[in-house]
Amino acid sequence: MGNLAVIFVGAVLVNNFVLAKFLGICPFLGVSKKLDQAFGMSVAVIFVMVMATSVTHPIYTYLLEPNRLGYLQTVVFILVIAALVQLVEIVLKKYIPSLHAALGVYLPLITTNCAVLGVTIQNIDSKFGFVESLVNSIGAGIGFMLAMVLFAGVRQKMENCDVPECFKGIPITLVAASIVAVSFMGFSGMV
Amino acid sequence: MAEKKSKLQILTNGIIKENPTLVLILGTCPSLAVTSLAKNGIGMGLATTLVLIGSNVVISLLKNIIPDKVKIPCYITVIAGFVTVIKALVEAYAIDLYNALGIFLPLIVVNCIVLGRAEMFASKNSVFDSFLDAVGMGLGFTFALFCMGSIREILGAGTWMGLPVTINFMEPISIFSLAPGGFFVFGCLIAIINKLTNGKAVKKKSFACAACPAASVCQKANKEEE
Repeated sequence: MGNLAVIFVGAVLVNNFVLAKFLGICPFLGVSKKLDQAFGMSVAVIFVMVMATSVTHPIYTYLLEPNRLGYLQTVVFILVIAALVQLVEIVLKKYIPSLHAALGVYLPLITTNCAVLGVTIQNIDSKFGFVESLVNSIGAGIGFMLAMVLFAGVRQKMENCDVPECFKGIPITLVAASIVAVSFMGFSGMV
Repeated sequence: MAEKKSKLQILTNGIIKENPTLVLILGTCPSLAVTSLAKNGIGMGLATTLVLIGSNVVISLLKNIIPDKVKIPCYITVIAGFVTVIKALVEAYAIDLYNALGIFLPLIVVNCIVLGRAEMFASKNSVFDSFLDAVGMGLGFTFALFCMGSIREILGAGTWMGLPVTINFMEPISIFSLAPGGFFVFGCLIAIINKLTNGKAVKKKSFACAACPAASVCQKANKEEE
């Protein structure tokens, strides 16, 4: 149990996916203008991360590794994730339309999101068991949400600021992200 | 595509005019993550270039065979194949680089530069043009990573390509090697490019969405609230 707690806290705060490991920067910069969008995107990411882990981990452990096909990891994982996202979208559309309306637009974006592929590969590289992998994925997703929501707040404040002409847009966003990342450095060494 | 570009224009397009990292702002994750040392930046850039050349050429060859409906999965499969090959090669011949790049080597699969070029260029142009485009884009990416890596290595570790540079007159500012420094240097570099080009280069596209395969969906998500 203690082990799982360490993995969880590590994934949420210390090795925050966005601010310490640079995974999933595109949605972090692109979909963080408004708080509710940032929240919707994050929920979709957590959902897909957990689903992807619970499918790719058994595939690797019981199918690829015993047959010495570990080198196919990248190909198999990305295809499984892409297929899974499509499947989830179809199922949600048919059976839970309200959830589809909330998450639907974000789902296709996530297929090519490096955070999702990243977490599944990281689980294998760290030699996590199935439960540890799931905890790590949930932690990574919540860490992503934390970074997104915090940063959306920062950006909303920033809209009223007078920024030098050449810094407008992406550059100032990155500098702000840098300052948010400094705050997360405070967690380093905690686990 | 309105006007026909010359071969040289296709090649230099990616290096200067549409530099994937600094002008189109694509592939931000690896650009930030591996550039704490200049040589890692070059390694990552070259690995991505090789994948880009392979995928652009193959996708250009297959452009008439792949049905429109399933083109993105097809592209991803081709790209993932090349990434697997490159990953094995780097592991065999450059184990230090393999350890330094870590998880970002397999993640070339989801680098939007590779998928973006497949979708925007290779699926519409001849094989040789696609090859030139891949070389240009790849070198542009490598160059941008090398610049970022150099700045961060000199400021953050006081060395350049492993050689000591600032050892006599300046303490290394180690935060430049860490995550916040990455965001900061990247932001400043883009601002400098903005200044030099009077805001023409970057400003027209907010987040390079035009080149991203998920653009239509993403813009829908952004517009919905407005």
